[in-house]
Amino acid sequence: MSLFSDVPQAPPVAVFKLTADFREDTHPQKVNLGVGAYRTDDCQPWVLPVVKKVERLIVEDESLNHEYLPILGLPEFRSAASKVALGDDSPAIKENRVGGVQALGGTGALRIGAEFLRRWYNGVNNTATPVYVSAPTWENHNGVFADAGFKDIRPYHYWDAAKRGLDLAGFLDDLEKAPEYSIFVLHACAHNPTGTDPTQEEWKQIAEVMKRRKLYVFFDSAYQGFASGSLEKDAWAIRFFVSEGFELFIAQSFSKNFGLYNERVGNLTVVSKDNENLTRVLSQMEKIVRTTWSNPPSQGARIVSKTLNSPELFEEWKGNVKTMADRVLLMRDQLKAKLQALGTPGTWDHITQQIGMFSFTGLTPKQVEYMIKEKHVYLMASGRINMCGLTSKNIDYVAQSIHEAVTKVQ
Amino acid sequence: MALLKSSKMIYCLGNISPSLGVLSTRNSSWWGGVQMGPPDPILGVTEAFKKDTNPKKMNLGVGAYRDDQGKPFVLSCVRKAEAIIAAKQLDKEYLPIGGLAEFSKACAQLALGPENEVLKSSRSVTVQTISGTGSLRIGANFLARFHAGPHDVYLPKPSWGNHTPIFRDAGMQLKAYRYYEPSTCGFDFKGALDDISKIPEQSIILLHACAHNPTGVDPRPEQWKEIADIVKKRNLLVFFDMAYQGFASGDIDRDAWAVRHFIENGHNIVLSQSFAKNMGLYGERVGGFTVVCKDAEEAKRVESQLKILIRPIYSNPPVNGARIAATILNTPELRSLWLEEVHGMANRIIKMREQLVAGLKKNGSSHNWQHVIDQIGMFCFTGLKPEQVERLTKEFSVYMTKDGRISMADDSNEQI
Repeated sequence: MSLFSDVPQAPPVAVFKLTADFREDTHPQKVNLGVGAYRTDDCQPWVLPVVKKVERLIVEDESLNHEYLPILGLPEFRSAASKVALGDDSPAIKENRVGGVQALGGTGALRIGAEFLRRWYNGVNNTATPVYVSAPTWENHNGVFADAGFKDIRPYHYWDAAKRGLDLAGFLDDLEKAPEYSIFVLHACAHNPTGTDPTQEEWKQIAEVMKRRKLYVFFDSAYQGFASGSLEKDAWAIRFFVSEGFELFIAQSFSKNFGLYNERVGNLTVVSKDNENLTRVLSQMEKIVRTTWSNPPSQGARIVSKTLNSPELFEEWKGNVKTMADRVLLMRDQLKAKLQALGTPGTWDHITQQIGMFSFTGLTPKQVEYMIKEKHVYLMASGRINMCGLTSKNIDYVAQSIHEAVTKVQ
Repeated sequence: MALLKSSKMIYCLGNISPSLGVLSTRNSSWWGGVQMGPPDPILGVTEAFKKDTNPKKMNLGVGAYRDDQGKPFVLSCVRKAEAIIAAKQLDKEYLPIGGLAEFSKACAQLALGPENEVLKSSRSVTVQTISGTGSLRIGANFLARFHAGPHDVYLPKPSWGNHTPIFRDAGMQLKAYRYYEPSTCGFDFKGALDDISKIPEQSIILLHACAHNPTGVDPRPEQWKEIADIVKKRNLLVFFDMAYQGFASGDIDRDAWAVRHFIENGHNIVLSQSFAKNMGLYGERVGGFTVVCKDAEEAKRVESQLKILIRPIYSNPPVNGARIAATILNTPELRSLWLEEVHGMANRIIKMREQLVAGLKKNGSSHNWQHVIDQIGMFCFTGLKPEQVERLTKEFSVYMTKDGRISMADDSNEQI
């Protein structure tokens, strides 16, 4: 009798299953609009030129070895990462009240932050504080906070399906009604999966309620630079909240904007009231990290750190990021134009209004099924498409497929 | 909802309880109630060492190998593997949640032996993990979620300092069985058997596969056989921690003997492996977690659940170290080179042990230091007491962990 006979088969993670199905498909015109990774116009993964350059420098540097990093990670990486989020002139950094925890990707940063909050926020070992995530949100947000021990994870209104935009009224209402001290996970830019971000005015309204209701700000920043092509623009919301005096966490990912997906490079930026509080917080972060992975992997952090800390490499990196952002913007323009030219029913303005890698097309589950089964165009059941999967070669086919799905399937 | 209402009331009353009261004053921090965490008992030693200005200072704390000049040692097979990988110009796409397949396969084969029946019948699953710590944590989380028996994990007394907080954070309870005999600086075989024979059925027992950390004291094969028997009688779930395969005796098969014996003996073990030491890949975080199951079908179910655990921690593992390890293990010339180098590292440590004992005798020590030679692996349990350790640190700037553990790997001829 096995100890594991009662272990049930878990369902596969949807986004990876989609790619697995796509791989098995033999149709010559198949298109993968699933997983969130950048693709060139030839539909190839792209290792950033600056990354290739820096990797060569690292290989040639005989002084480097494979020794353990400190528990909180590579110091030059942590400070550079926080600086990129908060800005060179950040008063908070100058006041020495900003710290970083190098983590395994954005996921790792979220998880360490969540574990910390469960232990030390709103009481001690408090699993009852509500955690609010947007409706919809990146599906792993739920898992991260649940496995960190939070028992009450709730949606806040975000996507308005009818108008295909932000449901600001619903969002603000949820903020007003949330119990004080609730934790809110905010997408810093390029909301995943909708691509719909609040405007600056809307962010100001959100911040006002959050301050008044004493709600905790936990930013998820996975697309800085990638969304608009500008690091500053994409960090506006984060910097605004910091300037408003919030203590907050920012889970940063360098998977997309550095194309370092499999190196797992992330940083949890902690903005605290003062250095004394920050020091104690970081000491507790160490304890959490020590029982999770002891210390983080060095390769990716070295690449990012070398790049961010060198003026020329930093410029080169910004150029690479803009290349990616511009291609996405071009595909958005073209997809919308083609759908309009085809006379596809509905409005398609949201495709160019939305920002970042993803677009919430508004396709229904049945229409999505049609796209996959009949047209071999793979997208998430939610109607989310990865704009990076579009190329000059397949965009006509995709537009045509969407047109058919919308006209044939209700 | 009732819980929320009452807690909301508490927050309105606010200023009474120190940790909650802090939240309601406008200019204070969320984190006023966060205590200062103590320095890590092991990694904290290195922090203190770094701050010491004594030119003759020595760090015998952390378990990281040093060459005879006291420098970190990057294995040749690692450099060669890195060159091969760099030339391939691979992309940076996400690995699967369970990691690099060539790595996981090679990792399992290394531990179990390529001809092992478990591998041939596909009745195990191995996932790539964030080195040994990550592996132990995934294992602990998995047991916390799925183990039907008592959630008590029995550790040898003493064990690696980080075992306890890892299992605790995963929600398990910690207990102990006798292991180290201070009077002989050796293995308390009778005490171990006695304690193990009393462990409630279906509890979890953690065993160090080789090069016990921190004592360096390993059971002999005949002793392992008896342990395996009694563990089977008690129907315990065996959790092996193997962080030093190859590094202990210099021979990878010899160091994996206990693991393989238990499997042969019918135990469906769980196993954590680390490549931090035996490949010198410390900072790349390379490890594996294996569950030996009843059959292939069960292995598939277990694999699916491991992925569900991994995804909300870090999504998928880092590629760099795993690619290096896989390249080494799967390329015959590199594998041979690695076996040579690991043998070399183990030999140097054995030599250091002999030299240390000789040196102590020469300096007039009448104490019996035989245990330094008998113990195996990177660490040596000197038998020094906390007060003696403190004196060594304060007066001589010699750093080690409070329990008297020293890293033999970090000694050079001079320092001895």
